[in-house]
Amino acid sequence: MPSELVLAIFLLPFFSFAIISFIIRPFFNHRPLLSWYVTIAAIGTSLVLSIWALIAVSGAPHHVLEMPNYEWVAIGDTVIYVGVTVDALAAAMLIVVTVVSLMVQIYSRGYMKGDGGLCRYFAFMSLFTGSMLGLVLADNLLFLFLFWEGVGLCSYLLIGFWYHKPEAARAAMKAFLVTRLGDFGFLAAILLLYTKTGTFDIGELQNLALAGAIGSTALTWAAIGIFSGAVGKSAQFPLHTWLPDAMEGPTPVSALIHAATMVAAGVYLVARMFPVFVSSTTAITTVAIIGGFTAIFAASMGLVMNDIKRVLAYSTISQLGYMMLGLGAVGVGVSSGAISLEAGLALGVAVGIFHLFTHAFFKSLLFLGAGSVSHATETFDMREMGGLRKAMPWTFIMFVIASLSLAGIWLLAGFWSKEGILAESLHYVPVLFYLAIITVFMTAFYMFRVIFLTFGGEYRGQAHGNHGLHESPLVMLLPMGVLTVLAVVAGFLGVNEFLGGESHSFFGALTHSLAWTSLIWAAGGIFLAYAIYGAKWLSAASLRQRFAPIYTLLSRKYWFDELYERLFLMRFLIDGFFAVLHWFDDHIIDGAVNGIAGGTVAAGSVVRKLETGQLQAYGLAIFIGILVIVAFVFIFN
Amino acid sequence: MAIGLEHFLILSAVLFAIGLYGVLAKRNVVVILMSIEIMLSAVNIAMVAFSRYGQFITGQVFVIFIMVVAAAEAAVGLALIIAIYRRRKTVDADKFDLMKW
Amino acid sequence: MGLQIAFWILAVVSVVAALAVVSLRNIFRAALFLILCFFAIAGIYVTMGADFLAGAQVLIYVGAIGVLIIFAIMLTREGREGSPSGRLRVPALLIALIFLITMVLVVTGTDWGAVTEGSSGPTTSAIAEAIFGEDSGFVLAFEIAAALILAAIIGAIVLVRDK
Repeated sequence: MPSELVLAIFLLPFFSFAIISFIIRPFFNHRPLLSWYVTIAAIGTSLVLSIWALIAVSGAPHHVLEMPNYEWVAIGDTVIYVGVTVDALAAAMLIVVTVVSLMVQIYSRGYMKGDGGLCRYFAFMSLFTGSMLGLVLADNLLFLFLFWEGVGLCSYLLIGFWYHKPEAARAAMKAFLVTRLGDFGFLAAILLLYTKTGTFDIGELQNLALAGAIGSTALTWAAIGIFSGAVGKSAQFPLHTWLPDAMEGPTPVSALIHAATMVAAGVYLVARMFPVFVSSTTAITTVAIIGGFTAIFAASMGLVMNDIKRVLAYSTISQLGYMMLGLGAVGVGVSSGAISLEAGLALGVAVGIFHLFTHAFFKSLLFLGAGSVSHATETFDMREMGGLRKAMPWTFIMFVIASLSLAGIWLLAGFWSKEGILAESLHYVPVLFYLAIITVFMTAFYMFRVIFLTFGGEYRGQAHGNHGLHESPLVMLLPMGVLTVLAVVAGFLGVNEFLGGESHSFFGALTHSLAWTSLIWAAGGIFLAYAIYGAKWLSAASLRQRFAPIYTLLSRKYWFDELYERLFLMRFLIDGFFAVLHWFDDHIIDGAVNGIAGGTVAAGSVVRKLETGQLQAYGLAIFIGILVIVAFVFIFN
Repeated sequence: MAIGLEHFLILSAVLFAIGLYGVLAKRNVVVILMSIEIMLSAVNIAMVAFSRYGQFITGQVFVIFIMVVAAAEAAVGLALIIAIYRRRKTVDADKFDLMKW
Repeated sequence: MGLQIAFWILAVVSVVAALAVVSLRNIFRAALFLILCFFAIAGIYVTMGADFLAGAQVLIYVGAIGVLIIFAIMLTREGREGSPSGRLRVPALLIALIFLITMVLVVTGTDWGAVTEGSSGPTTSAIAEAIFGEDSGFVLAFEIAAALILAAIIGAIVLVRDK
């Protein structure tokens, strides 16, 4: 496949952004659908090219396409290159990003209809898609970081799309700043690696790390730094607080960015740099622990949320934790020697990215479904919903299928990917496996709580306007349908083997006890949800009262927002540290500058007194000067 | 003791020093001008002394020119003093400080 | 012998007169002492054999400049002020003394190689020869001096003219 076409995969959406921003928005703002056409054209073409790349990679030796490097900037003797890598990992990610992005853009035409800022919306969506594709394709860390920041920027722009809403603006700021903390660690790690190895190239770094050419302390710090970037972007503990707030953005944005792609970039980064991670036991163990902990931590908060999108947000954080757990578990196995290096590297990537692959489809579908529901009921609060299965049957069916896939029910895509993670974690990090299996129960429970509250029972809200409750238009349902199909069959596409994992057989999986364990836990969760919200054998309100302290803990998100914002930010930083810095700036720095100026003025006013204007004083000075000169001549001659 | 060149030169130096003191220390500008004339005369004495003891006439020629300049300068200087007196009704040098900071 | 006595008397008179000029309170008396000083200096010229210059000194300094100064004093009468000392008299005294000492040291410390012959007769023609003669060239300076005087006259007139 010619390398220009590979470049076109991520450059086309950038062109789309440029065209929309500089041509359509200034001149054709009254016909915003033009921007939709341009976006669809660009991303559609990228999708086609990605499929071509996928086919090319499958046929290529070692599943890698060779691509040329381009010189970006030369500073003295140092040259910084940029280039792209197309291997199995990249090809799989390309498919995910282009497919989900395309579906979301099509959906947006219906969902965002009538919005005044439509051109801006599609411009930012194009920019985001281009950045995400570039991130996936980049072959050196600096280039990757460029796109990393790019997707962060687009996330900010799109969360705050309705910038007139103060909550949206605040949420956008929060997202940007929290991820910035992680990015700082990431950048430090990149620079550390560069000083130790002299290269930004990912392939070279991987080889050097595996060969042991980088000192172990430096390697551990670098790996942790890279992971901190991933923690920020993928909203893992402790940088998880921004993702639920990011739901202020439009729902298609949540579907694309905060479910399927941008938050997955963190997982992708760990997978990409996997050899570096497994070379440091501390780092890879950290990955596993944080992943496992985040999974159950986030799931616990998702149990009590009343806003659909919030539940889905916590679910996303939890599933990302799963992906990290998968990567981490295999990595622990490799670094402890339980599995060979070659096999381990491939397996780890396969396990983590397979789940990313399937998760992208069913999670984005769930978000689009939530958007569909809000399109009809104009709210996201589940307490005002109910009985929607009658008014919106298609949405209902697709939502249920996606939830089953998420819960990991057999046959659906989610089952296969989750099984992989559970198996590996049981094998190498059994403690985390127990956390993960409990999370399976919680996941099933909260998803079906959502389903029963939203679609079951009778409608509790106020029907609005002259529309009444109705199904969403076809332009929104079709993309959801495509994603539903993928949520079902993605397990059978051979992605796992493509990425380097082990193949599994259709019915053979049922012979493993692990499979039955997870299915029973999932079924248990579904049953409990039915008991409380479906058949109402147990009353939700009384449960809430009995477990009031736990309920408060969960619904207040373990008070992490208060901890971060009120305690740390306001009291410690702003009133403390920043106040000190402010004082320093005011008194010492400004004092020094003003002092110099004041001193100059004072010196001037003293020296000024010499200018008496009286001739005789000047004459005296002249004569003194003459005598001094004479003295000098006399002495030195 | 024979009168030598040094005697005239020392006389010239003494007169010059006296004139210098007058220029720097007196407040009345007319007195300052008179002191300047004394300084110029002292220089003339030195010039003539060199001319006499060096056996060349050029010193005396130079003295003629110095006298010319002294006369011209005295004329213009006194005209200035009178003009200033008319404006400011004073000839006190301490009061002429318009160029003060 | 006579020359020496003359020199010493004239030297003392001129120095005392100069001191009087710079220290007297009464300006008019200071002006008169200035004229006395000029006379003494003319006498010193004579002891050096510069007869033309002695005459020129009396003519120009006493006759013109002295009278001019007296006119200026009359026209700028300040009443009780007179000629007081300025603020800088101590530094000025210091500087003048240092200057004097320096010059004396230089003069006595240098070997001038001076010739002690007698004077060579009337100098007028020698001066004329030096200024206007064919091989020596002070004619240009002479003409410029003339132009200078003209400029001074015009300047003085312009400065004091009534509007």
